[in-house]
Amino acid sequence: MLKGKHLIEPSDFTVNELEEIFTLADDIIQDPNKYLDACKGKLLATLFYEPSTRTRFSFEAAMLRLGGQVFGFSEASSSSVSKGESISDTIRVVGCYADIAVMRHPKEGAPKLASKYSDIPVINAGDGGHQHPTQTLTDLLTIRSYKKSFSNNVIGLCGDLKFGRTVHSLVKALSRYENIKFVFIAPPELKIPSYITEELTNHEFYQTSNLEEAIPELDILYMTRIQKERFFNEEEYLRLKGYYKLDHDKLNNAKDDMIILHPLPRVDEISPEIDNDKRAVYFNQAKYGMYVRMALILKLLGGDIIC
Amino acid sequence: MLKINGIKKGIVIDHIKAGSGYKIFKELKLDEADCTTALIKNAPSNKLGKKDLIKIDNVIDINLDVLGLIDPGLTITIIDDEKIVDKIKLSLPKKVVGILKCKNPRCVTTIEKNEEITFTLVNAEKKEYKCEYCDTRTSL
Repeated sequence: MLKGKHLIEPSDFTVNELEEIFTLADDIIQDPNKYLDACKGKLLATLFYEPSTRTRFSFEAAMLRLGGQVFGFSEASSSSVSKGESISDTIRVVGCYADIAVMRHPKEGAPKLASKYSDIPVINAGDGGHQHPTQTLTDLLTIRSYKKSFSNNVIGLCGDLKFGRTVHSLVKALSRYENIKFVFIAPPELKIPSYITEELTNHEFYQTSNLEEAIPELDILYMTRIQKERFFNEEEYLRLKGYYKLDHDKLNNAKDDMIILHPLPRVDEISPEIDNDKRAVYFNQAKYGMYVRMALILKLLGGDIIC
Repeated sequence: MLKINGIKKGIVIDHIKAGSGYKIFKELKLDEADCTTALIKNAPSNKLGKKDLIKIDNVIDINLDVLGLIDPGLTITIIDDEKIVDKIKLSLPKKVVGILKCKNPRCVTTIEKNEEITFTLVNAEKKEYKCEYCDTRTSL
């Protein structure tokens, strides 16, 4: 039973609980009309301490499509944070008004801290360079839909693996399934943190900075953006931002059934020339994101009886 | 060796790595204690070559987590009526609360200052602890 739980990192849910969410998401995709009033009378608070239009829209669309309503703020300057209110106080007050809260915060661990003080479910919508579990649900649902199974895949993760919280969460989540090989593709300055790889005791993995060499063996290629906002040093960002560019030439060496994922927004790491390639599934991925968030909200509110 | 009188009822913290004695003395706030205390530095030791030693002429509450973090190799002897009644061997604590600070500038604890952060031991060999909020590792 997921009712009343928080989602701070993917491992907060068991593999079976994740499967429950995906099954419900599948049902919503099949018949969205069945869920139009599933959250009628419920309120979702969106506490976005840093801008993130896509994730916020995805959550808002999810709640609105379930018949619920949404309120919140989209940057810290328009909230009581600007008056110096603590996260613990904010969430206690929001819990008096809303049934469920979504938090995006530049500081790592902020949603976890909020969950300690919250009477309502808190969903982590991204905390600094740390975790982004609903993006992981999105990624997992997309992989599940295209590949039918998480196991027996070689997944390449490419770009900013140091600060890329979506990567950290996805690796952690996928490591719970069997026979997955990870290929970490990043410039030396943006290598995956060792605390992530040290936990991959039951999985094969290697690290490289060469996308071209790695691409032929991949079943899934997860591209990420070099994130300007995570750099303290602008020069370093400018030096690294064009490091990878996925285009037709590189895709020539990829498997026919490889799928390309990206958490979006992209900058220049994926050339628009491959958007129509059947392997480019990143826009469908965004759609899966909304459906999986619908399923998640329903589950945490205990309203999944329709399925 | 410098002679310090034996104690009737109290605590002896022995086998402190030479140089760590003063740190422990300060952490336990023994400089503020109103009982008799002694800090012996660089005493000869068969086991360590040189060691520090603390004697406290009273039974006081000691934060074992703090001691475990500073020097997990030390031993604590409880004395009553001039006899040893208990010997505590320390090890690195599995969890420490409110002692370590997260060094990650992006950690929420840098802005939410009132939090008592729990750190979990993740690698005893490297003496690495993990912040409960951001997972950043801190080495002692």
